Amino acid sequence: MTETTEAGTAQAGTARTPAIGSPVRRKEDDRLVTGQTTWTDNVALPGALHMGLVRSPIAHARITGIDTSAAKAMPGVVDVFTAADLGDDNVKIPCVWPVTDDIVMPDFHSLAVDKVRQVGDVVAVVLAQDKVTAEDAIENVVVDYDPLPAVVDMEAALADGSPILHEDKGTNQCYTMNFPCGDYEAAKAASDVVVSRRFINQRLIPVAMEPRAVACSPMGTSEEYTLWSATQVPHVLRVLLALSTGVPENQLRVIAPDVGGGFGSKLQMYREEALALVLARRLGRPVRWTETRSENMVATHHGRDQIQDVEIAATRDGTIKGLKVALTANMGAYLQIITPGIPLLGMFMYNGIYKMDAYDFSCTGVFTNTTPTDAYRGAGRPEATYAIERIVDELAAELGMDPIELRRKNWIAHEEFPYQTISGLTYDTGNYEAATEKALELFKYDELRAEQQRRRESNDLVQLGIGVSTFTEMCGLAPSRTLGALKYVAGGWENCTIRVLPLGKVELVTGTSPHGQGHVTSWSQIASDVLGVPVEDVEVIHGDTARSPYGMDTYGSRSLAVGGQAILRAGQKVVEKAKLIAAHQMEANPDDLEFVDGAFRVKGDPEKSTTIQAVAFEAFTAHNLPDGMEPTLSGESTVDPADFSFPHGTHLAAMEVDTETGKATLRSYVCVDDVGVVVNPLIVEGQVHGGIAQGVAQALYEGAVYDADGNLLTASMADYLLPTALDLPSFVTDRTVTPSTTHPLGTKGVGEAGTIASTPAIINGVVDALRPYGVNDVPMPASPEHVWRTLQAAKAGGAA
Amino acid sequence: MHRISVTVNGTTREGEVEARTLLVHWLRDSLGLAGTPIGCDTSNCGACTVLMDGRSVKSCSVLAVQADGSEVTTIQGLANGEWHPVQKAFKECHALQCGYCTPGMITAAVDLLGENPDPTEEEIRHGLEGNLCRCTGYHNIVKAVELAAGEMREAAK
Ligand code: FES
Ligand code: FES
Repeated sequence: MTETTEAGTAQAGTARTPAIGSPVRRKEDDRLVTGQTTWTDNVALPGALHMGLVRSPIAHARITGIDTSAAKAMPGVVDVFTAADLGDDNVKIPCVWPVTDDIVMPDFHSLAVDKVRQVGDVVAVVLAQDKVTAEDAIENVVVDYDPLPAVVDMEAALADGSPILHEDKGTNQCYTMNFPCGDYEAAKAASDVVVSRRFINQRLIPVAMEPRAVACSPMGTSEEYTLWSATQVPHVLRVLLALSTGVPENQLRVIAPDVGGGFGSKLQMYREEALALVLARRLGRPVRWTETRSENMVATHHGRDQIQDVEIAATRDGTIKGLKVALTANMGAYLQIITPGIPLLGMFMYNGIYKMDAYDFSCTGVFTNTTPTDAYRGAGRPEATYAIERIVDELAAELGMDPIELRRKNWIAHEEFPYQTISGLTYDTGNYEAATEKALELFKYDELRAEQQRRRESNDLVQLGIGVSTFTEMCGLAPSRTLGALKYVAGGWENCTIRVLPLGKVELVTGTSPHGQGHVTSWSQIASDVLGVPVEDVEVIHGDTARSPYGMDTYGSRSLAVGGQAILRAGQKVVEKAKLIAAHQMEANPDDLEFVDGAFRVKGDPEKSTTIQAVAFEAFTAHNLPDGMEPTLSGESTVDPADFSFPHGTHLAAMEVDTETGKATLRSYVCVDDVGVVVNPLIVEGQVHGGIAQGVAQALYEGAVYDADGNLLTASMADYLLPTALDLPSFVTDRTVTPSTTHPLGTKGVGEAGTIASTPAIINGVVDALRPYGVNDVPMPASPEHVWRTLQAAKAGGAA
Repeated sequence: MHRISVTVNGTTREGEVEARTLLVHWLRDSLGLAGTPIGCDTSNCGACTVLMDGRSVKSCSVLAVQADGSEVTTIQGLANGEWHPVQKAFKECHALQCGYCTPGMITAAVDLLGENPDPTEEEIRHGLEGNLCRCTGYHNIVKAVELAAGEMREAAK
């Protein structure tokens, strides 16, 4: 992708206002609001064959026969392949995060071999002249299944006698691991109060608005392939496809054109991508496929789905002593790219912002006859934050303390940073006091508490609950050595090249791969400040392995936190080189030059100056460069981050709960986030809004539901409840700014903050509303039915 | 096959379609108007929304033959020399992130403002209920529609 950014704040000749911090309107928007977009499905590929995937309607079965003859005989059908037909081309879908030495890693073939293990598993692939014929042909592939008992419940899957998904492995347990920090039993023994809960972090379906799509074209007669994909990770995808298919990496170009959202679900090497490539190779023709939404619901990975057994121990005065977390994590039927690692991304964060003496984490991963889980907005951290923020509220209730007061007593005070937490991370900076104070004021916390009291006293049918969430999260994935220590097979660096072209325009090549985040605009703002050029003079190139050869792509709120550092460093290298050229041409000592607003000036001699654009032209002609200096003006940097970054914030939700119908309504929502230095406030606010919406959706609306036979009951947008404009209020968002000290721009990351923070805020609010009735938890989503049943059970005297 | 004639973005377009062909597929695949995306197969998402005789319709739930004789405006035909005020407001208010819902959201908002030039926040949220956005949380979309409404009322004076 190539774009220029508009509406700069920089003006040549006048003192520039820094671009960083300015609400520059997005250049991305021009083509998006006019419909001039290049989604993968819009890529024109004359003569392309359309793939149709024959998917299993049964969750667990032996394949006893596949008859493709009727489909093959249809006019317009070019060929039909089964696993047996594909042979070596039936490549395995990789998992790159074997979290333990003895993890069970079953084969996951593009086309199912002998058995299907989830609804949506693929047993055959049709290639047809057009999409409609491909769809019709799918219906004519006859597959004989010998159904097997299915298991969707994690605990049932671990029990003796359960159907086994991967029989060669002899177990449904993928892995089990323990991460003890300090002596939890001693901490518990030193406590007066112990509160334990089982939280169900339900399964979610990411539902990016653009379904997945892939198109692959062999290039002429040579063995080269271009593959377009609606992916978040073109660079990662190229490596994995090359490894899996044997297509040499230098003969495979992966392009992520406009990508309509991902939220983790497009961080993957999917079987459809592998099939498009191997079939294009096999037939020597372009091959394409676009997912239907119904396919998307079963075939694109899901998120969350953990049972969280949580126990917190504290003294009577509210000092938290220890925390114990035992997870059971649903892997689904197979391991996708980082399926087993998702719980580990949360492992370090269950202790949240709190000080404690001990923390004990354990996790067991389980195979079930369901769609694989993997990264979904926040990936492990929303689960962790939900558990800690919920259990802290439960502890407050147990102790009869205000939930804010209890948090204050235990959080890391701002003067204690940098602070090494019990899980071993070092939080560089933070100011929980400031964010919380601001949030309480905006929320009118005391007034709402008074109203709550009135409603309780008057036995109002609609009760008011106040939900608190003081979250932190870990952004900027990730220091490569840390990833290595966690057995992740790749690094976490990011790359940037900045070129100042002969006429002074700038190309910024980034390895991040935006899919809605507005990087083109934000990255231009950073380059604008470093180089002193107008924002509109910067063109950002991304998402194409031929044009941006090195990158680790976009996920985990890493793009600014890590990619931003590479931009800064690449820009600094450009300035360093330009300075030497400028000094040479002005016959000055480089040390005597200052670089201000895009111009090199000899200190104390204002007459002598030149611009970075003029230097770029000199670097291009190369007529008069310092001896030994290479022509052209560019800088490249690959930055491995020194550490994670730790955004934090205080989110408050006012929930109205109708005690007759069980309907929980979000009345108002206030959040004060500290994401460090903000490059573009408009974009940051947008990320927060969208993040909150997804977190609220988990709390109130969404949940993937399987029946006991492994049929996904929420397999369309008609059945899976995505919030509409009517289901959400406007949000009050504000910020405090505590710059990160481990990231040179002071930035922290914002892509997932809202989602991580909001789910526990909402549920804490619902529980708070109903606490007088004896309610101490509500299953998510807190739908009217769930709330009503919980309330009835509580009124009948038992916890729900 | 059925012969249809539809005025699309101001130009008469004719074609042969199967009875089962959806309007959205005809627009995208036969006319190459790929600015109108498809987000679902259950008429829930609204990404495919276009204006048919001035009113917003989900073009995945209209058969191409049903559009015969009508006037259809897609996101690609909305700008008339300059951008429609709703398009401008979406950019100004950062009412889009990935932009996949945007063509449908904008056309739905144009219809909404045609019906109700001065909607409240509640009315805007009601009016856009049939259009899903996964990125923005709707906050800035509502603001953009409010801004566009103001601009359009101003221009109508
Ligand atoms: S494509 Fe979803 S409503 Fe038309
Ligand atoms: S902007 Fe991405 S779905 Fe609305």
